[in-house]
Amino acid sequence: MNVGWSAPRLAAALAAAVVLLVIAGLAAGSEGWSFAWRDEWTLVAEIRAPRTLGAWGVGALLGLAGAIAQGLFRNPLADPYLLGSAAGAGLGVVLVLAAGGLLGASIGWTGLGWVTQIGLVVAAFAGALVGVGLTLLLAHGAARPLVLLLCGVVVGVMLGAIADLLLLLSPDALRGRQVFLLGSTGFLGWRSVGLLALALVLTLPIAVRFARALDALVLGEASATSLGLPLPRIRLLLVALMALATGSAVAQAGLVAFVGLVAPHLVRRCVVVTHGALLALSALAGGALLLAADVAARSVVAPQELPVGLLTAVLGGAYLMVLLRRRRGLGVVV
Amino acid sequence: MSLAASTTRHARHLGVALLAAALAWYAGAQTPTRITDDRGRVVELVRPPQRIVSLLPSLTESVCALQACDRLVGVDRFSNWPAQAAALPKVGGLEDAQIERIVALKPDLVLAAQSSRATDRLESLGLTVIALEPRSLAQAHEVLEKIALVLGRPGDGDVLWQRIEAQIASAAARVPAPLRGERVYFEVAATPYAASEASFVGELLARMQLRNIVPGSLGPFPTLSPEFVVRARPGLVMASAQNVAEMRRRPGWAALPALRQGRQCSFDLAQNDVLMRAGPRLGEAADTIADCLVGLGKDAR
Repeated sequence: MNVGWSAPRLAAALAAAVVLLVIAGLAAGSEGWSFAWRDEWTLVAEIRAPRTLGAWGVGALLGLAGAIAQGLFRNPLADPYLLGSAAGAGLGVVLVLAAGGLLGASIGWTGLGWVTQIGLVVAAFAGALVGVGLTLLLAHGAARPLVLLLCGVVVGVMLGAIADLLLLLSPDALRGRQVFLLGSTGFLGWRSVGLLALALVLTLPIAVRFARALDALVLGEASATSLGLPLPRIRLLLVALMALATGSAVAQAGLVAFVGLVAPHLVRRCVVVTHGALLALSALAGGALLLAADVAARSVVAPQELPVGLLTAVLGGAYLMVLLRRRRGLGVVV
Repeated sequence: MSLAASTTRHARHLGVALLAAALAWYAGAQTPTRITDDRGRVVELVRPPQRIVSLLPSLTESVCALQACDRLVGVDRFSNWPAQAAALPKVGGLEDAQIERIVALKPDLVLAAQSSRATDRLESLGLTVIALEPRSLAQAHEVLEKIALVLGRPGDGDVLWQRIEAQIASAAARVPAPLRGERVYFEVAATPYAASEASFVGELLARMQLRNIVPGSLGPFPTLSPEFVVRARPGLVMASAQNVAEMRRRPGWAALPALRQGRQCSFDLAQNDVLMRAGPRLGEAADTIADCLVGLGKDAR
């Protein structure tokens, strides 16, 4: 299964891929590929650059959230999308949009001021916490991986349906619904890039710092506790970091599926590393994945555009299927 | 005596009138009206329907514009014009029509969109359904005349359409000279998806002597890459008030010539309804656009 690369080599390969993809992202325009950047400076600087970096940021946060979730719950199939936290974040966003509509200040999805941007991130963060909290409550903890996953799906469907109900009641919020549910990187601007970078700077170093607990967890909870780690507190912190990463990503780009699931898997296929490196590499890989999906989404049918979340759902879903088929051993972890 | 005589005479007149009405009805019954709807299905109506349910706002408006609003007994939840139709029982949306409610209203005709899923179910329950969905100006005309035929008023649709045509023409004549030939972006929703040359909105814009930045080859209402719009640099943008307001904050859009020069038409919800329905208010839609352009023309001077 493992290719047996070294961590620095994988990091270099991913970084090279990101550089190439960023160049592709700067060149993928509505009229096909164009490298005449000087002539189209405004287009490149105002649209392609922020959406390219933004797509990488969203993917990195989702990859990080997925890696934290998989380590924390000792569950190779954990993913913000499958744990109900993405759906919770989505509900938070919809609540803000709907409340804006009720207060008469209808909030569009495509052009947001600072205050609403930050409000959306906070609401999405809270929603993600509620989502993953409900899932854990329902599954009586994270001990049984498939039960946890099933509960996550149930919570996700329910929170998603509540969001849909709210959208039906508030036509103003409904207008942005499609963009939001399908995931979109089309309107990521420099402000979004700033917020995503901030979220990444806040979450990644802290998560890497506490990754030792995830390593210990591999050996089981008892041994983790015997190592003298304040497990409950670290767990809570990591859940919060995961929710923050998920919430920030969802607030900027809507529901983008499966990046958080696939990124850590790809990393683990290539290298054997401790969780500290896994988290960082997963963020790098997640960014590369979503960036690739974004470039594809805007160049395949240009000047029209595919919702990027649809692409990741189809490709990531296919990967999940292969994974489920290959891992007959999954029955063992149930 | 004279009172009785007059009563008898009245009674005789009434009898003649009734007989004439019965004959007319019989004659009508002999030649059923045949309508080919948008599914290509031929629907036969023995007599003009008196209880109509409409499941598409533009069809509701057409029935009312042809002076038959009183024959409507139910409409979909989006039919909000005219007031008389808006006050009728609501029987669900376009895709989630309430079948039981419709059947309970005992309609002798249901007008539905071609794309509606309710059609087959309603027909299997024995209701007469005519599916009509105008997607172009020519089809809007055709549909109006078909509905007039259904209502037993052949020709009325053509007459009404001539009035609409005249209204569009006079609106087009009002477009200020400096704005003629201006390149326009008409946004339907913030996805962003737009009305292209191939949509009825696009046709209307062409009649107003504006050039659409979205070619018809992309389909009537394509989802665009935001960059497409920024690159096309439209000199005029049209959208709902909210979308126009947020356009400036979209990455890169503030530099659009249209937004920099304030050449924008923002429409409120009622105006949006008028613009987005290929029905009898297309003349009003043309006037709405012309009013905005005239206002912009004044500012320019």
